[in-house]
Amino acid sequence: MGLFSNTLTLLGKELRTEFRSRELLTTTVVFILVVLILFSFAINPTSEESRDFGPGLLWLAILFAGSLMLQPCFLREQANDTLSSLRLAVSDPFAIFLAKLMANTLFLLVTEILMLPLFAAFYNIPILPQLHYLLLVLFLGSLGVSVAGTALSAISAQARMRELLLPLLLLPILTPVLVVSATVSVSLLDREPVVQWKGMAFLAVFDLVFLTALWIFGEYLLEE
Amino acid sequence: MGKRILLGAVAILLLLAAGYGAFYVAPEERTMGLIYRIFYFHVASAWAGMDAFFVCFLCNLLYVWKRAPKYDWLAVSSAEVGLVLTTVVLITGPIWAHPVWGIWWTWDARLTSTFVLWLLYVSYLLLRTLVEEPDRRALLSSLFGIFAFLDVPLVFGAIRWWRTQHPSPVIMGGPGSGLEPTMKKVLFFFVLAMHVFAAFLIVERYILEKMKNEVDLLQREAEAL
Repeated sequence: MGLFSNTLTLLGKELRTEFRSRELLTTTVVFILVVLILFSFAINPTSEESRDFGPGLLWLAILFAGSLMLQPCFLREQANDTLSSLRLAVSDPFAIFLAKLMANTLFLLVTEILMLPLFAAFYNIPILPQLHYLLLVLFLGSLGVSVAGTALSAISAQARMRELLLPLLLLPILTPVLVVSATVSVSLLDREPVVQWKGMAFLAVFDLVFLTALWIFGEYLLEE
Repeated sequence: MGKRILLGAVAILLLLAAGYGAFYVAPEERTMGLIYRIFYFHVASAWAGMDAFFVCFLCNLLYVWKRAPKYDWLAVSSAEVGLVLTTVVLITGPIWAHPVWGIWWTWDARLTSTFVLWLLYVSYLLLRTLVEEPDRRALLSSLFGIFAFLDVPLVFGAIRWWRTQHPSPVIMGGPGSGLEPTMKKVLFFFVLAMHVFAAFLIVERYILEKMKNEVDLLQREAEAL
């Protein structure tokens, strides 16, 4: 079996596992909601300030949520040592990463799409006119979070204090994603919206760099 | 042993000479006055710190490839020395910025990326403390070190989207930049001295790490008996 069909099979497995329990999606949705409400309590923004700060807060919430959501990604393979079976089953370990990061991107996107209407309502920001561009930023940013996060969750799963360790490893690495996606989102949701293609391209470059690194070094991450 | 003492002595003498140069040989700067002299210490530490992180990155790659523990020892030694030097940069910077810019800190590209770089290597060293088994620790931290180093240009590129307040490059900068010749000589001498000093610290730390591993090995053998 090739990389492609392996990945698809494994992706099916990831999605089945999640949609049987739905625990990851429900907890992440609630988590983002709580964070967004707390942010609003903490800074009490006027409607002008919401436009400036809102998108950044949304991205911060996504990053925090991502760093929590990516925890079980490799951890749950440890319970019954299913990771060894996975490694035996596929010819290229990159398929395992690819399937996991695709599943994680999908979960993050689903949560974000569920959150967007609430975000728009709470922070009083109209999102509909620029929705397609906003979805593109959300996709590129979430892909970055998932690619880097999947790699690092394979590292943190093998260490002590792993729940605390993953955010510590992941969040500094994700600084570029936060900076650029927040900037791009702010200018998209501005009164005079601007699409920053340079920012979109930068996010794509980030995704590609980490995808390539994962492709080259992924197999070492899963070494027994 | 003799060589180590010699290296240490040379490093300290060079640093003392560089300090003398920065305070007494280099001419006074026209607008900033005395405070500008911290620039020699600041730039030299930054330069040596970056190079130490680069050594760490090379050792990370070599470890993943060759799996010899010595690369891991060298990687952790240079990461620690790099972190200390970067801390010096982050402390001397605000000391200079406060009288010159009027503020301690600004979220400018180079300041912020240095700070993120510092954070990344703090995470690297933290990760090392949380994995018991030496081979696993070496492999996992090497892989994280590689990811972190790949991230550095991205961090810098991303933060440049904001306006930058740090003085534009003086060395190897565009036309209109540049240093007075004596200042340049003093700066390069300081950079050299700091590199020798960093090399000395890395060698000492490497020997310590090697001994620590030997002690660990002996302890495990003793427990097995």
